[in-house]
Amino acid sequence: MAESPPVNSIFSEFNEYLTNDQDVREEIRVAVRAMEQTAREVMTTLEGIHQAAGLKEAPVLCQKARKLLETTQSQFAELQKKVPADQYYRFHDHWRFVSQRLSFLVALIVYLEAERLVTREEVAHLMGVSVRREDGFHLDLEDFLQGLLQLASELSRLAINSVTAGEYDRPVRISNFIQELNAGFRLLNLKNDSLRKRFDGLKYDIKKVEEVVYDISIRGLKPAPPGGGEEEEPPTSSTGAE
Amino acid sequence: MVRSDRRRDDGKRPKGPMKRSQADDSWPASQKVRKGARPAVDENSEVVKTFRVFQSELDAKHDKHERLVKLSRDVTIESKRTIFLLHRITSEEVKQPLIREAQAKIEAIQSGLLLRIAQELEGEDPFLFQRAVSPGLQEYVEAVLFLGYAAEARLMGLGEVRGQLRFRVPATDGEDSKSKDSSDPTVEGVLPESVDQENLPRTPPMRTLALHLSPTDYVLGMADFTGELMRACINGIGAGDAQTPFALVAFLRQLYDGCRFLGNRPGREFVRKLAVMRQSLAKVESACYMLQVRGSEIPKHMLLDVISSLPNSELGMEDFDT
Repeated sequence: MAESPPVNSIFSEFNEYLTNDQDVREEIRVAVRAMEQTAREVMTTLEGIHQAAGLKEAPVLCQKARKLLETTQSQFAELQKKVPADQYYRFHDHWRFVSQRLSFLVALIVYLEAERLVTREEVAHLMGVSVRREDGFHLDLEDFLQGLLQLASELSRLAINSVTAGEYDRPVRISNFIQELNAGFRLLNLKNDSLRKRFDGLKYDIKKVEEVVYDISIRGLKPAPPGGGEEEEPPTSSTGAE
Repeated sequence: MVRSDRRRDDGKRPKGPMKRSQADDSWPASQKVRKGARPAVDENSEVVKTFRVFQSELDAKHDKHERLVKLSRDVTIESKRTIFLLHRITSEEVKQPLIREAQAKIEAIQSGLLLRIAQELEGEDPFLFQRAVSPGLQEYVEAVLFLGYAAEARLMGLGEVRGQLRFRVPATDGEDSKSKDSSDPTVEGVLPESVDQENLPRTPPMRTLALHLSPTDYVLGMADFTGELMRACINGIGAGDAQTPFALVAFLRQLYDGCRFLGNRPGREFVRKLAVMRQSLAKVESACYMLQVRGSEIPKHMLLDVISSLPNSELGMEDFDT
């Protein structure tokens, strides 16, 4: 029509935008690939805890894993350089998986070392990123929570393997821990998204661990807890109430 | 709840309630016991405290998302209305008033809904809530481009559309009108409602608040806009206009060429729209062909019938070499 020239420039402008976008994505992909490699290495190291003699070596394995995790700090710094400021969520999908995986690994290490729930700050610190979005490249809350859910299923596996390895008190502690985690997750109002889906799997992990606890307690393998027979009471009292 | 029930009942009716009770049972027994034995959550536990923080953070994000979805839907509705309005342009006499009316509508969208979206998004990563706002923004782009074309017969660029999405707001505390109201009474005193209007001229420190429009949303909106051009063209032919359809088809071709030049890089949604665009173009082109070949023979009132009987199915079957 009358003023046609701009149409071409509008499209070539957009074409340029797309080309730049592709370049950025390509660079991010390269950076993320390196991080995934690190995550796999840490994963393989920690896999050792499921071995028969593995649990006693846990501190050593954790040390090794921590050492390996240090490289992620520089890798995240590298990634951060590739991602334009304030466009974190434009490219988030590229590293969503790996940051979930790393959250899980850090949570597992902290659990094995201290038997407590990792904090978001710790994970962010180990990965060399910040906690809050305002402070730059950060750890997304939902990624962190996904990592915790992965931890639950790993621990349910550990409960089984620790029994096989002859360690009978661990499943009880794992059970308590997962229960607590579950109580925490039930405080959240989740939307019908991937996090919710993953959370729905948590009950099966709990069930698995409880079955293990049941098996060992019915055979008298469970070391007596400090609070003695209290655990046996609730079923009768609850049926009485109803 | 209701939906999931219905889905379950679809297959075998008696199974519905049974399944539900089983699902309840799948929670480990101890959990139900625990609920009775001790308070559901131990408020002092470290874990619970942390999760309380997460809870408020997630809730805040979901609430914001929800508010944005609502705003975006309102933008969509208003933009659609503007487009319908512009389709009523049939002759030169009604053109100017209708365009003025459409302009007023667009301005209302900008200063109302879009400003509120911009306020919601202030300080956020614009891409975090992209999915909430982008349908509305696309529809808005479609309306604005259509208006731009109807008024001046040209395509508005991304920069121009973005330029309209800059707002001047008081620099003091423009988070949202509520916080403004709560902090101002000390100065402005009694007038709670008119505080905003009072503020605008009086307080000199103003800042610009821009609503981010991503180039992808712009191009997707443009793709929708071609559909409106197609409709305008067919309507034009129906109304017996023998000139504008040819102008329109030339413009449409330009847009299609430009979009095809981009290929499939803007994403899957774009590829789908490109296919639709091709159909629209083919429809308009054959309508123009009809007009050219038989326009002189066929009485005007029959022309539309001929065009609407064009083999649309065949057009749809054409291979898409994109």
